[in-house]
Amino acid sequence: MPFKIISPKNAQRIMKSVFWASGIITVIILIIIIGYILLKGIPAINLEFLLANPSDSGRSGGIAPMIVSSLYVTLVAGIVATPLGVGAAIYLSEYASENRIVKFIRFGTETLASIPSIVFGLFGLSFFVIFLGMGWSLLSGGLVLALMALPTIFQVAEVSIEAVPRSYREGSLALGSTKWETIYRVVLPAAIPGITTGIILGMARAISEAAAILFVVGSALSMPISIFDPGRPLPLHLFVLASEGISMDNAYGTAAVLVILLLIITVLTNTLVEKYQKKMMGR
Amino acid sequence: MNRIEVENLNGYFDDAHILKDINIKIPNNSVTALIGPSGCGKSTFIRTLNRMNDLISGFRHDGAVYLDGADIYDPKIDVVDLRKRIGMVFQKPNPFPKSIFDNVAYGLKVHGITEKDIIKERVEESLKAAALWDEVKEKLDKSAMGLSGGQQQRLCIARTIAIEPEVILMDEPCSALDPISTTKIEDLIHKLKNDYTIIIVTHNMQQATRVSKHTSFFLHGEIVESNLTERMFLEPEDKRTEDYITGRFG
Repeated sequence: MPFKIISPKNAQRIMKSVFWASGIITVIILIIIIGYILLKGIPAINLEFLLANPSDSGRSGGIAPMIVSSLYVTLVAGIVATPLGVGAAIYLSEYASENRIVKFIRFGTETLASIPSIVFGLFGLSFFVIFLGMGWSLLSGGLVLALMALPTIFQVAEVSIEAVPRSYREGSLALGSTKWETIYRVVLPAAIPGITTGIILGMARAISEAAAILFVVGSALSMPISIFDPGRPLPLHLFVLASEGISMDNAYGTAAVLVILLLIITVLTNTLVEKYQKKMMGR
Repeated sequence: MNRIEVENLNGYFDDAHILKDINIKIPNNSVTALIGPSGCGKSTFIRTLNRMNDLISGFRHDGAVYLDGADIYDPKIDVVDLRKRIGMVFQKPNPFPKSIFDNVAYGLKVHGITEKDIIKERVEESLKAAALWDEVKEKLDKSAMGLSGGQQQRLCIARTIAIEPEVILMDEPCSALDPISTTKIEDLIHKLKNDYTIIIVTHNMQQATRVSKHTSFFLHGEIVESNLTERMFLEPEDKRTEDYITGRFG
């Protein structure tokens, strides 16, 4: 019999502390980063900063056009990527049988997810801006971000749809519903919390991306009127302010606004999803 | 009158021959029990009757199943319509994660009934018929997932009878339930047999004697013996039936 240096009871205790520590360290890192950004950034934030146009290349004035640009590109990305990603997920998990094409699609989305964002940017420049003639615009930016958000939305949606118990589908089909009615009335409502999480993760990736849109949105400092105008979303503004040494204070201010925006989106959707789940599952 | 007649039905899952030359007649408005040890093919058989096996890749069959004289595997038959006529209650209660009301209304909406008053009326009727109304009438808008297992199963029965099928298939409907809930479901089956043809798969031989008029004994994918339930349990014709019902195997 091998000699046991650590008793099972102690091993259990040690491992529990190791996992506990990992959890705590993760949370601490998060708090430090967000806290630091907010601490450095909040002094720059006031009503004028949020509502005014920038002046003197962003040294002074506000970031209103950047907030609007960010909302525009994220909205375009969401509107384009959500139906595509969720649609592909429905097809793969409900209709397609496991074959080479399905495996290839899955492999494709995994690869798409791992392509560096700057490469997406380069592709966007040559395809959307030049080839399709969309020019430097928030539309081009939104479409590039849609490509980036697509794999996240697809993957999370596929997992959530596949996690819907088979018994729900059988119950629905046995009542004489068609496959589509089953998907639409039972499977999707049950998968909505997961799908929403996927969409939010994709949107979060889109709203915080600078490299991917560097070459495609132009760099206008003025307020964009429509998605066909060039603009400068928050992460890009932050990048320019910091890398060109224009104003570190305003760079932190911009970062803080971005972080707060992300927090609002996440908390809001989490609350909504929890409420929906509670109603659905009766807990 | 026979509601369902099955002739020379064979079922295969890939290369495995799991239903062997099944012949059975299911009479109208009575309860027929299918008994047999686990893995004998009774669940697979019951799922050929509403074509749920169509969903399983690798399943194929030959032979014929007649519902009111028409072959349900005829290409002209609409599966969706067939499943409206042959309802099914599953082994594990499987209510949808929706409100109690919406669970029962589900089939009605799917089948194109839109008038709210009619839906409301039918939901109430069905819940009453499933002996669940008094327990849930105050909380119809609450999620069905909050009900107990026995209540969930009765809800699934209510959901099935809401669309007024001719036949109800029950695949071990009590195997996940406690004895009190089981009694309630059995009482319900007694009530329902006046209006519906019921086929129940059960592990539990006492249950078969309690609820059914006819019984078929399945073994290794074959029907060994079909008879009046009373007769089969008193004087089984086949030695294997006798061995099974006296508990020598299974």
